[in-house]
Amino acid sequence: MNIFRIIEQLSEVDADVLGRFDSRRAAFKTLGETAKKGALAAAPVFVASLFQKAYGQTTGSAVIDVLNYALTLELLEEDFYVKMIAGGQVPTGAPAGAIALIKKHETAHVTLLTNTIKALNGTPVAGVKFKTSAFPAAYADQLAVAQALEDTGVRAYKGQAGALIGAMAGTTSLLQVALQIHSVEARHAAHIRTMRGQTPWVGLNEMGATYTGAIPESNISQSGVNLTTQLGTTYSAADAAASFDEILTRAEVLDSSRAGGLVQP
Amino acid sequence: MSKIITSGGDEAEFAKPLYVPIKRRSFFMYAGATAGATALLLSGCNDDDDETVAPGAVSLGSGDVGVLNYAYALEQLEAAFYARVKASPAADFSATEKEYFNQVAAHEAIHRDFLKAAINRDAPGKIIANLNPNFDSIDFTKRATVLAAAKTFEDLGVQAYNGAGKYLKTPAYLVIAGQIVSVEARHAAYVRDLIANGSFADDSIVDATTGLDKALEPVDVIAAAQGFIKEKLDATSVGK
Repeated sequence: MNIFRIIEQLSEVDADVLGRFDSRRAAFKTLGETAKKGALAAAPVFVASLFQKAYGQTTGSAVIDVLNYALTLELLEEDFYVKMIAGGQVPTGAPAGAIALIKKHETAHVTLLTNTIKALNGTPVAGVKFKTSAFPAAYADQLAVAQALEDTGVRAYKGQAGALIGAMAGTTSLLQVALQIHSVEARHAAHIRTMRGQTPWVGLNEMGATYTGAIPESNISQSGVNLTTQLGTTYSAADAAASFDEILTRAEVLDSSRAGGLVQP
Repeated sequence: MSKIITSGGDEAEFAKPLYVPIKRRSFFMYAGATAGATALLLSGCNDDDDETVAPGAVSLGSGDVGVLNYAYALEQLEAAFYARVKASPAADFSATEKEYFNQVAAHEAIHRDFLKAAINRDAPGKIIANLNPNFDSIDFTKRATVLAAAKTFEDLGVQAYNGAGKYLKTPAYLVIAGQIVSVEARHAAYVRDLIANGSFADDSIVDATTGLDKALEPVDVIAAAQGFIKEKLDATSVGK
């Protein structure tokens, strides 16, 4: 833990980082004295509380909103897998093992996000359930919903990453935590897709509602660069589309035709 | 942190006015006042402020372009690996596996070429050179050894992007990195399932308690990847 390095980094994205400390002078004086007194064990705790005070109450609702948005999706996924396991349609063996592992991760994400929001003095959302009437009876259809949820989750997280630049909980980068959840969702999505006999990555012709954001998964242009024609080598549209996942905005994810329509009112 | 310790200082340093936004240099003067007292505390931490490039090493650079070069280096490595797999696939790969690895090879080549185009456009003159891979330790004739290497590269790629995202200052680059890393995670899951079905996100790679994938700092990723690259890479200034 390098406090000055952390503050330096913060200062580049948040010019007012030092202004957030209620008393800049007192903060650094205390930090110095804590070390002087040999209370080294207490120093990390002090630093954490420093950031907690600086950002916990003022980070703003923007960061809490993003975390609650992520928590909403994780709660939805968790309840879906609870229902899937309880439904008894998942074959024993590898399929049951995979669904149990995925459910375990969604529960862990719910706990992690809930605790983080509380630590930031926010109010975590709770009680989000998968709509009972939308839950399919057949195993194959359940897997199709799981795929939609996981692929949507992947797109939803990357759509919000920019809002977490510089956001800290204690000494932890919330952006990094979000990225660490995001890649797990992508692993889930890949496995569910394989269970359904599809490629682990999103192909070109998957034009269902799940994939139809403002930027469809069939997109072959990134940052103004056409990936099929402008890279010096000719690549197929299928490979160009599959090599990048796309974002979904919050409004798109919460739209009733996507995840929003799967939440129990 | 050793740089600022020598700047010394006393309580009077605190009386200096602070400017907002605070400048990096003046911040260090300010921080210097307590640095001596906290040196012991900080000495147990990684000294990641050392920007000295090792002799003969290829520096990836600093700031956002450093992160992009870092990603470009890793994508070069992955693309070269899968180009070899595609050119002479192990005899015991199935037809489906060969086809999928052809697709993965294309994805990685696109990542590599895209990053090259983006760096040359946004930061002319700052791109690193083409790297020469060293795959002597990999037996490309056997499915098992190819999969083991692929697993290493894909998991490492995920950890690299997960650890470097926080160093990007430009939101658009962060979105691009996010769009790439999830495809790397899909590759990783696919390769892991080929090795052992169900290991796509097992406890060896995803923390059982937090449900978090791993993240690695650039210097640690480069240390892990260095054995597969002939040029010596230096990632100490990435993102700084």
